[in-house]
Amino acid sequence: MPYPSDFKYTKEHEWIKAEGKYATIGITTYAQDSLGDIVFVDLPKVGAELTVGKVFGSVESVKAVSDLYAPASGTVKEVNTALTTAPEKINQDAHAAWMVKLELKDPGELNALLSAADYEKFVSEEGGH
Amino acid sequence: MTTAEAAAVRKTALNAVHRQMGAKMVEFNGWDMPVEYPSSGGIIAEHNAVRTGVGIFDVSHMGDIRLTGPQALDAVQHISMNDAARLAIGQAQYSAMLYPQGTFVDDVIVHRLGEDDYLLVINAGTREKDFDWVRNNTRQFDCRVESLSDDFTQIAVQGPKAASLVQKLTDVDLSAVKFYWFTHGSLCGLKNILLARTGYTAEDGFELYVPSDAATSARIWNEILQAGKEFGAVACGLGSRNTLRLEGRLPLYGHEISDTINVWEAGLDRFCKMEKPQFIGRTALEEARAKGLLRTLIGLEMMERGIARDGYKVQDEGGREIGYVTSGSYAPFLKKNIALAYVPPQFAALGSHIKVEIRNQGVNAVVVPTPFYKRQKKN
Repeated sequence: MPYPSDFKYTKEHEWIKAEGKYATIGITTYAQDSLGDIVFVDLPKVGAELTVGKVFGSVESVKAVSDLYAPASGTVKEVNTALTTAPEKINQDAHAAWMVKLELKDPGELNALLSAADYEKFVSEEGGH
Repeated sequence: MTTAEAAAVRKTALNAVHRQMGAKMVEFNGWDMPVEYPSSGGIIAEHNAVRTGVGIFDVSHMGDIRLTGPQALDAVQHISMNDAARLAIGQAQYSAMLYPQGTFVDDVIVHRLGEDDYLLVINAGTREKDFDWVRNNTRQFDCRVESLSDDFTQIAVQGPKAASLVQKLTDVDLSAVKFYWFTHGSLCGLKNILLARTGYTAEDGFELYVPSDAATSARIWNEILQAGKEFGAVACGLGSRNTLRLEGRLPLYGHEISDTINVWEAGLDRFCKMEKPQFIGRTALEEARAKGLLRTLIGLEMMERGIARDGYKVQDEGGREIGYVTSGSYAPFLKKNIALAYVPPQFAALGSHIKVEIRNQGVNAVVVPTPFYKRQKKN
């Protein structure tokens, strides 16, 4: 399975991996493949407050701009600044290229997200037409 | 053509080949076209292959209009801004067709095929409009106007190694064909194929006009790719075609040129021959020149993080809106974020600092010379 089962997923193609009250967030393999060569990421600063479902940054490939939506609410504790200078890391391994680390406001929010199996089904339908 | 047919997305003869190759397809101006080929490595790899080696594009969505007859030259002169009388047989020129107000119907490449025989190569999105325009504005001349758009599969072979690649597949001595000239010759066993040393990538290269039946088109495409292996040839999509033309500041209809932008604004003066006594748009251009420019096309480079995209607003240093971006992207060969934009002339001086509004923030940019990229010319 290309989508790790310990991650949760959004229909906007973000993943989130929670460990207790902390979580890391990135975009999925499907998202990076759809975008193509990623050349720019715009991420929030440490301390920023994210609200579930709201835009918290953006990622741009050569051909497209895509907003990033927060899979959960919380406070940004860490930002993967390596992606700023080497955004191609997202193409190379999207599920390892985490963008921000959050302190979750309510870990229960993750229950509303897709499981790996559900997400895989969702993208196979989205990509299939 | 029925309404259903007119509304359907159009496909080139190579559509099945692109899909077999695993190309990512997009709709472009009503055409189902490859935007990039993961098998080629994607847009950046395709772009850099054309800058350093050779890339192969299906550009069959481009349209073709032929004018023949005793007054074919007069007709071409009437509807285009460059001077077609200067063309020798076998020579081509960049030109444009204008509305009476001096704005663009489309840009074209005019090829002089014979004594009274001209071929205009036009854009995909303006095929029907262009054909109607040409036909309706040349009725007073003794010449025949026909659309050959569906007759050709047009394959662009572009890059510093393009000539070496095409030379393997033809008997014609390509070193005798200079840039913006063409010849007819063999190609992969076919006879009398139009081989034009033209392109839209700011590199040397050829555009090959082969018969549009699917079997022949696929055979030629595959033979070119095969013959190109030793040069590192890759299939390229519309994504890299766009970034390549942007680095070379080549205009795109609907972006740098349109029915609301005139020749002076677009900076295409050197392709507009005002010494020609008459052509559609000339009077309005005289008046526009006397009035002076209200806006001009500039090249800009981002000084801060951020990519200017088509349609983004341009601001002065104080944050006041002064214009807009026509095309903007990450430039894969230059490794910079570049853009073309329209601004009033007082902001166009090289080195001027301006801003591009990106997600509600003014991001600093500087006016730079264009083209952003210029090849080392050998031909």
